[in-house]
Amino acid sequence: MAHKSRMHAGESRRSAVFVLPMALLAVTLVALPLIYVLGTSLVETGQSFSFGAAFTLDNYRRLLRADYLLVFWESLKLAFLTTLLSFVIGYPFAYCMARAGKRWKSLLMMLVIIPFWTSALVRIYGWKILLQANGPINAVLRGLGLIEKNIKFLGSYGSVLLAMVYCMISFMILPCHSSIDKLDVTLVEAARDLGSKPWRAFLDVTLPLTMPGILAGCVLVFVPSVGIFYLADIMGGGLVLVGNLIRDQLLKVRDWNTGSAMSMVLIFITAGIYLLYRRSGGDDLGVF
Amino acid sequence: MEEVLLSLRHIFKNFGEGDVLSDVSLDVHKGEFVTLLGASGCGKTTTLRIVSGLETPDTGEVILNGQSMTDWPPEKRPVNTVFQSYALFPHMNVEKNVAYGLKVRGVDKKTQAARVKEMLELVQMSEYAKRMPAQLSGGQRQRIAIARALAPQPQLLLLDEPLGALDLQLRRQMQIELKRLQKKLGITFIYITHDQEEAINMSDRIAVMRGGRFEQLGTPEEIYDHPATRYVAQFIGRSTLLTGTVQSMNGPLAVIKNENGRFTVDSAHAALTAGERCEVCVRTERMRASCTPVEGFDLPATVRETRYAGGSVLIYTVLADGTEVVAEGATRMCDAPQAGDRVYMHWNPAQAAVIGGTSHGA
Repeated sequence: MAHKSRMHAGESRRSAVFVLPMALLAVTLVALPLIYVLGTSLVETGQSFSFGAAFTLDNYRRLLRADYLLVFWESLKLAFLTTLLSFVIGYPFAYCMARAGKRWKSLLMMLVIIPFWTSALVRIYGWKILLQANGPINAVLRGLGLIEKNIKFLGSYGSVLLAMVYCMISFMILPCHSSIDKLDVTLVEAARDLGSKPWRAFLDVTLPLTMPGILAGCVLVFVPSVGIFYLADIMGGGLVLVGNLIRDQLLKVRDWNTGSAMSMVLIFITAGIYLLYRRSGGDDLGVF
Repeated sequence: MEEVLLSLRHIFKNFGEGDVLSDVSLDVHKGEFVTLLGASGCGKTTTLRIVSGLETPDTGEVILNGQSMTDWPPEKRPVNTVFQSYALFPHMNVEKNVAYGLKVRGVDKKTQAARVKEMLELVQMSEYAKRMPAQLSGGQRQRIAIARALAPQPQLLLLDEPLGALDLQLRRQMQIELKRLQKKLGITFIYITHDQEEAINMSDRIAVMRGGRFEQLGTPEEIYDHPATRYVAQFIGRSTLLTGTVQSMNGPLAVIKNENGRFTVDSAHAALTAGERCEVCVRTERMRASCTPVEGFDLPATVRETRYAGGSVLIYTVLADGTEVVAEGATRMCDAPQAGDRVYMHWNPAQAAVIGGTSHGA
């Protein structure tokens, strides 16, 4: 017993050696800036945060404007649609990947991973070229006689959604694939054996048992989707999202206090989603 | 014999790396307990999966009650499986697991509940209805897997090494319970095992499989007493195999000679003629070692050691050409041979078997 506890103490001392640098890094790179943002959001407009400054919630109160709320709503809606589409396309993809033979599996996995080798920005410009009015997609459609006049893809809500799904879908595919891959196929066979048609077996067994992967994928897609704004900017169409709003407050209006308050609200929304996810029994995503 | 429930006709199956099953044919009668016995990779699980519909044969037919169901999907077949890993649904409690086969077949809630209750009583697991599979022990999961497979009242129950994961004591107990259950319900069982003792204890008939074929199909007695091939003789029970040439026939008794000497065997089950080569299988517990020559036998051997084995002693001997032969003797034999002694091997000619020809590929 004594031996055991001594081992334990030694172990925790050793693990402290590894944890300390990480903790320092986290405090300086994450906690301190966040505290500064929080502080800035709590002092009056035009003032910078310092100890002993008078705190106020004015910056947050100012956010309760119909047009601001609409922007938050638009961002959440876009993030939701992105997550939904990523699931609808990504889950079947992940399923095929998990059930495919070894060679197909590695090929499909490459298709998911290769895009990470270049910047998302570059890839989105690629899409922009493909989609533009005199671009290849319109040319092909015209060549096939499907359309007479070029379609104006760019600037549409659909094109923004396309770019979002394109950038985010890997984060849905990977956790879904891992949970489908881990699923014991015998369970599906047992359901078939007991009288389920393939579709029923999928709904009764595969879907509920891969739910952890689906939830993880949803969080991994939804959370960054709420804050991303540059994709909408590149695709055009003048969609204003929370990200745009914060950028404009910080860089154009130069109202750091309101911008900070907006950032804090965004952080609270995503943290809330993550906590909800953890509460529902979701796996640790290596975040908190 | 009862009417035939299931027929497998000339089943062939190939997964791309040689035949897994080649020309498997089997008739299973109503209420019968048939065991597929064989080492791993012999094709017994594939045979079972072809019956359940989880696998389709390349050629051949699966016939149930005279109707071909070769192309039926598993959900259409009145056949249920107890999987080796139990395959209980981890997200459903015991009750929901057992009810699953009824629910998907659209049985009404009330009947479902009654049937689940009945099944749980049958396997003595009533008080565990609300538990999750993860909260059960291996033996308990086993019972639930059986209850779940029996709930939809299948005409045929397939069991894929159902006791494989249990320890010996629990295994023995479950063997008895399963056999009792099968008798009580009158359901036809096709049972897979690699344990020959289990097969002999439980089955009405055993199919010994090897390399995707049946080596022998017969009652446990037939298989034990009259192994059709060398493989069956070696796979089931402990025995000594002796080859030789038939010297003379004395009524049903054949006198056989080889380099070690001479011995006698009853050839009622194998038509032997003088001059023919044959192989004789003698079970260890039927092999005797005597200090004096016995009539009809001239098979001298040297004792290497004697080991106490509970109810008997095992006498390890070596024949003239170095063949090792183990014989059994009574524990309180006053003249128990000692190491180095010369003994004469013999047996009751009626209890030795002539192996039917040579084994496949051996």
